[in-house]
Amino acid sequence: MSSDNKKWFSLNIGRKNQETSSSCSCGKQSGGCGGHDHEEIKHIEERKDGFEQVFDVKMNRRSAFKQLAASLAIGAGAVSTSCSMFSDDESKEKAQIDWEEQFKGNYKLMTDEEKKATVDRLVRSYQLRTGKTISMSSKNAEENVLFGYAFNISKCQGYMDCVSACVEENNQDRNSQMQYIRIHEMKDGNGFNFNESDDNYYHEVPAEGHFYMGTQCFHCDNPPCVNVCPVQATWREDDGLVVVDYDWCVGCRYCMAACPYDGRRFNWSKPEVPEEEINKNQHYLGNRLRKKGVMEKCTFCVQRSRAGKNPACVEACPTGARIFGNLLDPNSTIRWVLENKKVFRLREDLGTEPKFWYFMD
Amino acid sequence: MRRFKVFKSLVRDSLDTITQGSRKYHLWMAALTFMMLVGMYCYSIQLDEGLSVTGMTDRVSWGLYISNFTFLVGVAAAAVMLVMPTYVLKDIDFKQAVLIGEGLAVAALVMCLAFVIADMGGPSVLWHMIPEIGVFNFPNSMLTWDVLVLNGYLFINITIPLYILFRHYQGKEAKSKVYIPGAFISVFWAVAIHLVTAFLYQGLQARPFWNNALLGPRFLASAFAAGPALIILVLAVIRSSTSFKIQDKTIKKIAMVVTVAAQINLIMLISELFKEFYAPTHHSESAYYLFFGLHGKDALLPWIWTAIPLNILATVILTFHKLRNNFKVLYFACFILFIAIWIEKGFGLIVPGFIPGPYGKIAEYIPTGIEIGVTLGIWALGAFVFTILAKTAIGIEIGKLRYKK
Repeated sequence: MSSDNKKWFSLNIGRKNQETSSSCSCGKQSGGCGGHDHEEIKHIEERKDGFEQVFDVKMNRRSAFKQLAASLAIGAGAVSTSCSMFSDDESKEKAQIDWEEQFKGNYKLMTDEEKKATVDRLVRSYQLRTGKTISMSSKNAEENVLFGYAFNISKCQGYMDCVSACVEENNQDRNSQMQYIRIHEMKDGNGFNFNESDDNYYHEVPAEGHFYMGTQCFHCDNPPCVNVCPVQATWREDDGLVVVDYDWCVGCRYCMAACPYDGRRFNWSKPEVPEEEINKNQHYLGNRLRKKGVMEKCTFCVQRSRAGKNPACVEACPTGARIFGNLLDPNSTIRWVLENKKVFRLREDLGTEPKFWYFMD
Repeated sequence: MRRFKVFKSLVRDSLDTITQGSRKYHLWMAALTFMMLVGMYCYSIQLDEGLSVTGMTDRVSWGLYISNFTFLVGVAAAAVMLVMPTYVLKDIDFKQAVLIGEGLAVAALVMCLAFVIADMGGPSVLWHMIPEIGVFNFPNSMLTWDVLVLNGYLFINITIPLYILFRHYQGKEAKSKVYIPGAFISVFWAVAIHLVTAFLYQGLQARPFWNNALLGPRFLASAFAAGPALIILVLAVIRSSTSFKIQDKTIKKIAMVVTVAAQINLIMLISELFKEFYAPTHHSESAYYLFFGLHGKDALLPWIWTAIPLNILATVILTFHKLRNNFKVLYFACFILFIAIWIEKGFGLIVPGFIPGPYGKIAEYIPTGIEIGVTLGIWALGAFVFTILAKTAIGIEIGKLRYKK
């Protein structure tokens, strides 16, 4: 989460450093050295997940009783469904999956096996419910990759092909017409005056005397939304993507209030996508189907970008206004743009360090 | 073992007291129960369909629930204004009032927690927020601080009165050695709950309307005006409908507290208005929207222009000794002050924070019927909890409830 070369100030009390070594100073790899109990527990929690993350921690008798009582109370209902004599194997399996999904841990803290397990459960659950098979990835960030995005204001003509490509790619709720991207139509001569711009136009484009500018999640290097989340359901991945674990989100919408770029969207009701329009090539952190009451946002199409493809908006843009690539690769187009164009970012004064640049020809 | 028996008898006796009373009392409780049921029905619709049944949208993502939550944290914090003079400064006047104040704090906190849960998109995964079992993003997220301080304050405000009442129930004096440390902690804690709640908003660089250093202090000032104002009104009702003795000078002293807090609050309001309107910048737009409307959108104008005159009128009335010492006028002033601050610290604070949006979009917010139903239900819940607590406490304090060996 924290990078070493950051330029802003952040209070770092008690934030877990990811580079902490697993052994303690007494040299032992596992517990038993005494005096480090707390650290050990924390570390185990970081690696385990699912039931283990919740229950398989070292605990004293009192907390064990407490947790046991809590889980018994919650479990009673689920047990009664999964052990029912009258239900068949499939519904038992469904109940089992639902139960495991309800009490799984935070994706951010899962090991690769646990990530795969939850993805398998989700795929199987979808199969049981609809009879159709989806593919879902849990691919992690690759080494030496940091995604960045550039937007050419001179080229954009406001066709909004990016918006519809994004909606189709990312399985967004069709009822509420949720869109990650907003295209702002601005009057020539007024500069970047968002107050007088229109992000909801219905007329032929390009309109005379106007220019266009797109906004979406900027995948900040210092994202305010990540800090405020009370349960760490949203975080910055190592390749710079700011993602949400839809199953861990409690829906408090604090991140939405904290985002200065209008980058986040909330599922106010159950999101619906017609079965035939569902994009079945999914990623756990990306376009898998969401539920009501959770946050979501642009992920630079993590299911595409981590597979070496451009995000849907970049591919769909008919004017070539959108450029995406690896900031750490000196030969990438995005690096060429940053080095040869006069680029700027929105609201740099807030210290958010967006990875989304604007430029003009 | 004996303590356990006494406690059992206390619970039984208090159940007896709260289920018996005058006709008026029964009507009051029935009305509250009805409102709670309506609220629960509305909430069940919200659970079923999602938060889309509220007026909130992606543009204005917090509304009536969070507004009420913010205001009620202030009411809860106000109990300190009674606790401090009684236990810390040893001013005996407030002794009778302080139990009522703490009961009010408990009721307000119950409402706060209910409002937060009502606002959640996924109440079924709320266990993610429990430290140790879930993932608690402490100390980074101010919301986790708020969870800690609110629950801590709730604990303090339940245990202190419980201890005192438990002793009085057995006909013994409460040992000051036991509860004074708790009272001291609660004084600091009360300031903390309100300051932390202010920081929740104050720390967001994305929302210039909230991101100002005066927000925290102003929260405190308005809380110490609205909370004790409510306590005065409640004491007035208790005085007239029970045999619980509350002296005139107690109410007069609380009125003094309200007056000073209201005056400070007004000074801060002037300072805020000066900053927003003397040299307006891009960041003043939310204030413009709140007070004058922007581009023909003016949904909040009736609210704020009710709140400001009421606020000024109440402060002026309270400032004159002659008016303040007339109880009828005092009750009126407290009532309008309470309403004014409810609007100002609720609606008038939360909604304009989102308007205009990050890119200047002005989307207005109007709460729906279901949202209002849930809100009224939660207020009824608070009143219900308070009535139960107060009735038991009064019963013990006037000696009607005693442990029979």
